[in-house]
Amino acid sequence: MEIDAQSRPRLPRGVKLKRDEVRERWTLLAPERIFEVDATAATVLELCDGERDLKAIVAELAERYNAPSAVIEKDVVAMLADLKAKRVLET
Amino acid sequence: MTAHTAPPPAPPIGLLVELTHRCPLGCPYCSNPLALERPGAELDTETWKRVFGEAAALGALHVHLSGGEPTARRDIVELTSHASQSGLYTNLITSGIGVGEKLTGELAEAGLDHAQLSFQGADKETNDRLGHYSGSWERKRAFAGYVTTAGMPLTINAVIHRANLHQVGAFIELAVELGARRLEIAHTQYYGWALANRAALMPPRQEVERSIALVEEARARLKGELVIDMVIPDYYARYPKPCAGGWGRIAINVSPTGKALPCHAAETIPGLEFWNVRDHSLGDIWRLNPAFRAFRGTEWMLEPCRSCDRREVDWGGCRCQALALTGDARNADPACHKSPDHERIVATATAESESGREALRWRSYKQKVEA
Repeated sequence: MEIDAQSRPRLPRGVKLKRDEVRERWTLLAPERIFEVDATAATVLELCDGERDLKAIVAELAERYNAPSAVIEKDVVAMLADLKAKRVLET
Repeated sequence: MTAHTAPPPAPPIGLLVELTHRCPLGCPYCSNPLALERPGAELDTETWKRVFGEAAALGALHVHLSGGEPTARRDIVELTSHASQSGLYTNLITSGIGVGEKLTGELAEAGLDHAQLSFQGADKETNDRLGHYSGSWERKRAFAGYVTTAGMPLTINAVIHRANLHQVGAFIELAVELGARRLEIAHTQYYGWALANRAALMPPRQEVERSIALVEEARARLKGELVIDMVIPDYYARYPKPCAGGWGRIAINVSPTGKALPCHAAETIPGLEFWNVRDHSLGDIWRLNPAFRAFRGTEWMLEPCRSCDRREVDWGGCRCQALALTGDARNADPACHKSPDHERIVATATAESESGREALRWRSYKQKVEA
């Protein structure tokens, strides 16, 4: 159940990443729940397509933000684990 | 007094549409009004579609397709599809009766995001008796299977009261067995049909507390497998619930015939004029309809709400309940321990919970006079 380098995170059916244009923010829509996500989290979630594994996601972000992979991985795993516990992310 | 222009209200988050009041079940706690709206006067397909588009443009994110039984509408697939294409997250709130495998597949295809299925009891006998519909148990279970097979997330909704409170543990097992991602254990809220049946539904306080403990234990045990949401019976609460998230703050309800309401029971409050979506856009209703502005914010509040530091947490509680139990919709919801009427309603609830009354008035179009 741990999220590791081979995990392929994805949003399950019934969970949607949506740009809320009226409020100018990103949201994760789930049954009876709305999670506000910041722009960075939205970028991560856009990469969670069930195809890329965590390693690929981290590599992509490390390049995009020009930051060390180890730091990014730690943040991304914490964020994904939190969403997984809320049942709005599958791995 | 200086005239001033109020800033426009923050946009609504959710739109709850009662597509029809037709329903095969006869639940004695139904949240629909006692005066159910007639099928012949329901909005047509095109008007509902326009409403969905207006809701999305206004900022609503979720649409709850409810009723009555929403799938009693022949255009339910077309409406779901349009709501989804408008950018709304679509939630079907259903009894599961009459929703076969084919229709469920069509709804999934149309973009339905989530289905919420009610159970009236956690076994066949209790379920069929309290829903007043023989054979509903098998149909509901079959529908749950169609939903999960189609890959859609499923929520089981169980409204709890004295006649089924002992089944909370069984409801949790049922939700797990049916593959639900979420379970709502909703203690009955006493409006409409439930208020008429209150003496037969009100649970004893100790049993309510047991049910809360049971849910808390299950939440810990099933973390990551099942999310359990619980609505507490507010007569026994310390603070009131912010009804509908605060009047005119989060949600818009639209009745089958197109009346826009700040909450499903709002029509019980006299003197409010509710605009119809046939005549006004949802945006105009949200901003300008005096009924939506009547209890928005905190200006309307009396004491003890007015100076309460929770006035923007619970927004004074529920206006309809304040009216029903104190005679004035501006009063604090007597569910709040600060309300001067609180002790009286707790005493009423306690007495009714011990009344031994079992006779239920089943929801129906026929207006029966209470014996």
